[in-house]
This record gives sequence, structure tokens and C-alpha cells, in this order.
Amino acid sequence: MGLTVYSLWHREIVRFLRDRSRVFSSVGQPIIFWLLFAGALRSSSMPGGLSYGEYFFAGTLAMIVMFTAIFSTITVIEDRKEGFLQGVLVAPVPRSAIALGKIAGTATLAVLHALVFLALAPLAGVPLGFEAFALGLGVLALMAMALAGVGFSLAWVMDSSAGFHGVMMVFLMPMLLLSGAFFPAEGTHPILGVLMAVNPLTYAVSLLRHALHAGTEATAGLPPVALCLAITVAFALGSFALGTRIVLRRTARDAV
Amino acid sequence: MTNPNAAQAECAVHAEGVAHRYGDHQALAGVDFSVGRGERRGFLGPNGSGKSTLFKLLATILPLGAGKVSVFGQDLAKDFAAIRRRIGVVFQSPALDRKLSVRENLTYGGHLQGMRGRALAARVDEMLAVGNLADRANDVVGTLSGGLRRRVEIAKGLLHAPDLVLLDEPSTGLDPSARQDLWAFLRAQQGLTVLFTTHLMEEAEEADRLTILDRGKVVAEGAPDDLRAELGGEVLQIHCADAEQLGHEVDALLGVQAQVLPGVVRVEHDHAHRLVAQVVDRFGDRLQRVSVAPPSLEDVFIARTGHRLGEEA
Repeated sequence: MGLTVYSLWHREIVRFLRDRSRVFSSVGQPIIFWLLFAGALRSSSMPGGLSYGEYFFAGTLAMIVMFTAIFSTITVIEDRKEGFLQGVLVAPVPRSAIALGKIAGTATLAVLHALVFLALAPLAGVPLGFEAFALGLGVLALMAMALAGVGFSLAWVMDSSAGFHGVMMVFLMPMLLLSGAFFPAEGTHPILGVLMAVNPLTYAVSLLRHALHAGTEATAGLPPVALCLAITVAFALGSFALGTRIVLRRTARDAV
Repeated sequence: MTNPNAAQAECAVHAEGVAHRYGDHQALAGVDFSVGRGERRGFLGPNGSGKSTLFKLLATILPLGAGKVSVFGQDLAKDFAAIRRRIGVVFQSPALDRKLSVRENLTYGGHLQGMRGRALAARVDEMLAVGNLADRANDVVGTLSGGLRRRVEIAKGLLHAPDLVLLDEPSTGLDPSARQDLWAFLRAQQGLTVLFTTHLMEEAEEADRLTILDRGKVVAEGAPDDLRAELGGEVLQIHCADAEQLGHEVDALLGVQAQVLPGVVRVEHDHAHRLVAQVVDRFGDRLQRVSVAPPSLEDVFIARTGHRLGEEA
């Protein structure tokens, strides 16, 4: 089990590092987003007296994690099409190890990406002490596990990457937009408020804000830390459980 | 009285009533066979005969629905996890990561089989040498030709020294010398049971025994020589434009029951060569080509199914 997880995890990292365009796009795009939004909305004042750039810093990290999770798990579809996956499926390994290897590999990549942006925090006007940095990294790891699990589960049941993009636009993007990454729940339409309250990613993003802006006004109005932590952990475990459950089904789709 | 379970355990593979359908399409319609340990068994049939479905079932990639299969005495429907430890699977579309090198693919493949460290590295080197791949070890699989990829896939399938290896159309994409090397290697593996699917006559000759499949059913089984011998005599083939009409006339002329295939009239006869002169005298200008030969496996297939191997079932 351990060897399988390690091997599949390692493969994700090696494949990623060989694909320079992926390295660039998944870090570059969110940085561009941050620059554009921070520049365009610089006169907006956000809760706790943050500038939009400061507010959107945590949101950008969430966006990096989500995009990396999506673009890394989408390779499940390629693996299936190209035949690689069938070789894994006939190997004497538990299928939960296949799910865990892929999810862990994806989550690792997502955290590494986020780390690049996290290191730019002082430039974005977000001063980070060691504790905030370490706690932030921990939250990002949880968030990455959760989103990698969601991406893996979706990719496993999809037949085409075009279909996956469709689901991404109607399901994952709204999930990100309604997580408090781009704007707070306060003052939004009541329906959006409800959607944000039931979105588990909201609590992961809030937890990240608690970690990065601990002890400042910026955390006022966020759900309490304990609740955020409980829901984020449950989200990560739940999405892993979902991925494992889906991967355990033996179906005709396993054969190319 | 012998215990049937004990008899099955002696087999590498024992299958009874194996059936499989994809929606409305009945790919396998009740197939029985037994493969002895150390045997090389070929499953010969055209596209759509069900041989690839059978391969996928045995490879544990399709769940077994109907019928019973035991592999080394273990139930394919229930003990597939244990069976996976003992089989090596060589897919027709290589199960390789194209972005990784040959060595990396083999190494990851070994990990999935529970191999690691120096023992794995040594075995990878051994298989690279066997597959004539040593100088390509660090090449990325995506840059290799189809034939080389097949060799990597084969090396990966045999890496963990399985007791049974399943190969789906193993010669696809291999040039003749690579094909010979593959079979020389497989023949040299003492005690290894080999199951392979093929639609090629030359490859079918590699089998100790052949199971001929057509439309999801077994139509013949036996050693290639025995199957040919059963047919006996010789086969006269008359190639012409109006096979349907000529067939009737040949029946009348020779007092035989000729078989009509698209563009060909076939006659099985103990001394077919003696019939050639009569046929040429009578039908001379209508003939394109006349041939006499000992029966081939294709003739066996035609005799059992009424159509050619190259035609879609």
C-alpha cells in the first residue's frame, strides 16, 4: 500500500516538473489575477480595513490550490485514455492506494504552488510571521487534499477532458467564487449568502484568513476557528472517502 | 473418482460458461476451456470474435459476470486480488506513461507489483537487456516507435516473473525479428503459462494449443497440427469473379460440396491436386487463380465457421 501510494505520488511530481508550461501557467495565472484585481479594485475597502489586494491574497492562494488540483487531477482522464490506468488497475494493489497516491501527489503540487505565492506575501502588503506562515501552509495542505479529492472523483467518472472543463465552469468555479475568496458574504444577495454558508470551501478560506491575519480586525466576522477547522478537516476526509468509494467500483469503463 | 476441484487446481486456467455482454451486444456467449500449467494457449479469431473481451475478463479488468473461471485454482469472480499477484498483463495499447522514460515506467510498474530497491533495479536491467531496450532505457516513452513501446510493455508485464502471462495481440506493431525474439523469450521461460489472443495465422502457430473463437463461441480447439490434420487432404481454392455460380457448377462437375466465399470457391479433398486439370479445362477463361495446398489454420477456421478470418464476424 505505502509503496503504491509513494510510487503514484512520485510519478505526479516527476511528470509535473517535466511539464514547464504547467509550472508557469498554474503559478502565473493567479499572480496575474491578483495584480489585475488588486489594481482594479484598489479603492474598495474590505472588512477589517484591508485593501482589496490584502483581502484577495488569501483568495488567490485558494485559487492557486483549486487550479492546481483541477489541472493535476484532469490527467486521470488522459491516463485512462492512453491506457496507463488499466496497467495500474490490474496490478495487485488496493484501489484506495490509487486514489490516495493521486490525491496526495496533486495536493503536494498544489501546496508547492501556493508556497511560491505565499512567499510573495510581503510584496502584497501582507506581513507574515513564521507562525502565520506555518499555519497558513497547514491550512493550504488541508484545502489541497479536499480539492484534489473533489477533482479526482470528478475526473474518474468523466470520459473526456472537455466534459471535465464543463463541470469545472459550472461547479468548481462558482464554488471558488462563493467561498469568500473574491468577496465577503456580508452585503451580498441573501441567496448568495446561503450558498456561501453551505459551501465547505468558505470555511477553508476563512480558516486561511484566520491563519494569515490572526489577531487583526481582518478576522472579525469570519466563522469561528474551531468551526472552520472542523469543516475543513471533514471536507478533506469526505472528498478522500468519495474518491476511494468511486475508485472501488469495477466497471466496464476500466477497460480501454 | 477424481475431485473436480482438484483437477481444476491442476489447470492454470479453467473456464466454464463464460459469457459477457456490452448492452445489447453479446460479446461472449458461453465459452468453456482449460489451459494446463506451462502451456502456451492461443485464442484465434477475427475482430468481434470475443477474444479481447475474454482477455479483459482474465486480466481482471472487466468484472466476470456470467460463468465460472478459476486461475490456479482461485475464483476469478472473488479472488481477483490474489490472482493479480500471479499474472502479468500485456495490453495491446501499451499501459505506459508516455511522459516518463522506459526505466521509470518499468520501475513504477515494479512498485505496483511490490518490488523495490536493488532487487527491482537489477530486474529492470535484466528485462531491459531481454527486450533489447538497454540503450533506450532513458528515452521518454512518448518518443519511441510503436514496436519499441510494445517491447517496453512486454518487459513490464513480465517484470515480476508472473506464473501466467496474458498477451493481447502481442505481435501488433512488432517487426518480424522482434516477434521472433518475443516468442523465443516466452518459449525459454520454464513453467510459464502463456495465454495470447491473435488474428494472425503465423502467430497462432506459436501456440501449443489453439482455441478458435467466432461470434463469442468456441468453434474449435486443439494443437495447430491436429486441427489441420482433422481437415485432412488438401484444399483447392478457385479464385473467380462469379463464385456463387461457379460453386454450383464445380459441385456438379466434381461431385463435391464446394464452399463459396466472396470471390473464392473452396473444395476440401484428399487429392485436390488431381482436380486442377478438370477445373482448368472446364472453366479456363472464368478463372483468376487456382491453388492447391495442405490445409492452413485459416482453412480450419473457414471449415468451422463458413467465413474467412479476415472478415468481421
